[in-house]
Amino acid sequence: MVKVIYIEHDDTAHAVEVAPGTSLMKGALNNSVPGIDGDCGGECACGTCHVYVEEEWLERLEPQGQREIEMLDFAAGAKPNSRLSCQIAMRENLDGITVRLPVGQH
Amino acid sequence: MEAIAKDPRMADVSSVPLAQIDPSNPSLFADDTIGGYFDRLRKEAPIFYRKGGYSGDFWSVTKYRDIIQVDTNHDVFSSETRTGITLNDRPQEMDRPAFIAMDPPKHDEQRKAVSPIVAPENLLRLKEGIRSRTADVLDNLPLGEPFDWVEKISIELTTRMLATLFDFPYEDRARLTYWSDVAHMDINAGGPIKSEAQRDAELSKMLDVFTRLWEERANLPPQPDLISMMAHAPATRHLPRTPREFLGNLQLLIVGGNDTTRNTMSASIYFLDKFRAEQAKLRANPKLVATMVPEVIRYQTPLTHMKRVAKRDTVFQGQKIHEGDRVVMWYLSGNRDEEAIENPNAFIIDRPGARQHLSFGFGIHRCVGNRLAELQLQILWDELLRRDLQVEVLDEPVRTYSNIIHGFNSMNVRVKKWGTK
Repeated sequence: MVKVIYIEHDDTAHAVEVAPGTSLMKGALNNSVPGIDGDCGGECACGTCHVYVEEEWLERLEPQGQREIEMLDFAAGAKPNSRLSCQIAMRENLDGITVRLPVGQH
Repeated sequence: MEAIAKDPRMADVSSVPLAQIDPSNPSLFADDTIGGYFDRLRKEAPIFYRKGGYSGDFWSVTKYRDIIQVDTNHDVFSSETRTGITLNDRPQEMDRPAFIAMDPPKHDEQRKAVSPIVAPENLLRLKEGIRSRTADVLDNLPLGEPFDWVEKISIELTTRMLATLFDFPYEDRARLTYWSDVAHMDINAGGPIKSEAQRDAELSKMLDVFTRLWEERANLPPQPDLISMMAHAPATRHLPRTPREFLGNLQLLIVGGNDTTRNTMSASIYFLDKFRAEQAKLRANPKLVATMVPEVIRYQTPLTHMKRVAKRDTVFQGQKIHEGDRVVMWYLSGNRDEEAIENPNAFIIDRPGARQHLSFGFGIHRCVGNRLAELQLQILWDELLRRDLQVEVLDEPVRTYSNIIHGFNSMNVRVKKWGTK
């Protein structure tokens, strides 16, 4: 199991253990972390699993695919460190990854 | 196109030959038999070509996962059809282009110009106004007497919401509802619009009114209403110079948030009354409104479909689709696909994964107003529950004659305090 830290918009932090291979989106839903919706179930088709990845973790992630870039373009409050969490699968070398959540999903 | 008289042979869904199934027939939605036909299509022909239906020749995609694939593949399945994005094609010379019927890059620029008004931050500002308007309507209900919920609540609340979004003169707000209905109604439904030419003429009056409002707002500093936002955004401030595109975008914004939300409000009342165990569950735990709202949106599916056109020949799930073919994603069918949703024909207000449904579509065209719709529904039910009100449906509601709008023209109800006669 590897650790993910989700920090809500009001700074409430949730530390969660997730099995490698599980997406950050599923990690949030499975552990009742509020602020990530995942309406499409992880198909990169809705943009409602939008997170901000803390800087030091960003470069360790796999590059974004075309669909993710496209959907993020429409996400409210998208920033350079925005990612769709359904596209980030947990691995050992992401242990402790910290992501911040937007004020709401759109 | 002639209206199709209800054929008594259609009464037995299982006996209709596959080739004769026509999901574009508005009667099937008005009499609520469409579900049986979609069940058959999902099993027997999940990618089904119908020639010579009510709405002409078209492919029907009826399974949940196939629908997501089409919705997210805009390179092949284009929205830039020039005949609109429903089965009810407009003649090309009457096209009213809006970003819903565009592909990237133009789609993206125009969507992003209006998206902020219904984004999470702005919803926080809109919330209190929605609550006070909802409270006002509910506090003036005739308790104990029959009335039409559709007219008195669903239409009234959604009209007030639209007037707010546009900062439209409040006393004229009924015109917004009228124009929205004009934009959509089936020409064979027996309503005031009987031809595309007539529809176009009525909507041109809407154009005049908005052009005047636009001219005022363009000369003022930016304000958080749709007209001002479009008048100031680089991607949309040209619109009055391209009147048909202007009309299309106005129509999109007025219609988008109008009968969809209206019909879902009505549907929520209908389902909670019909399924008393769910109603009891909700009353015992009012927090369940949060999952009840998406479940209603799934179960009703206020827009039955969206149409695309194939930009090139392609093979999809073994079927050869030709360039130019119309391809219809039947959200109403996909939302009852048991291969994607467990026990899909059951209305369960706290089902796991309630938010996973097709009613808003997926991909870059996903309904931009989806959170605003949910917010209005959430507030309606919060306020009903807070007031301890029970809404009894007195007769089967009259369903809309349409292959796109899945809703109710009227619904006779009585409102009382919970537990009283």
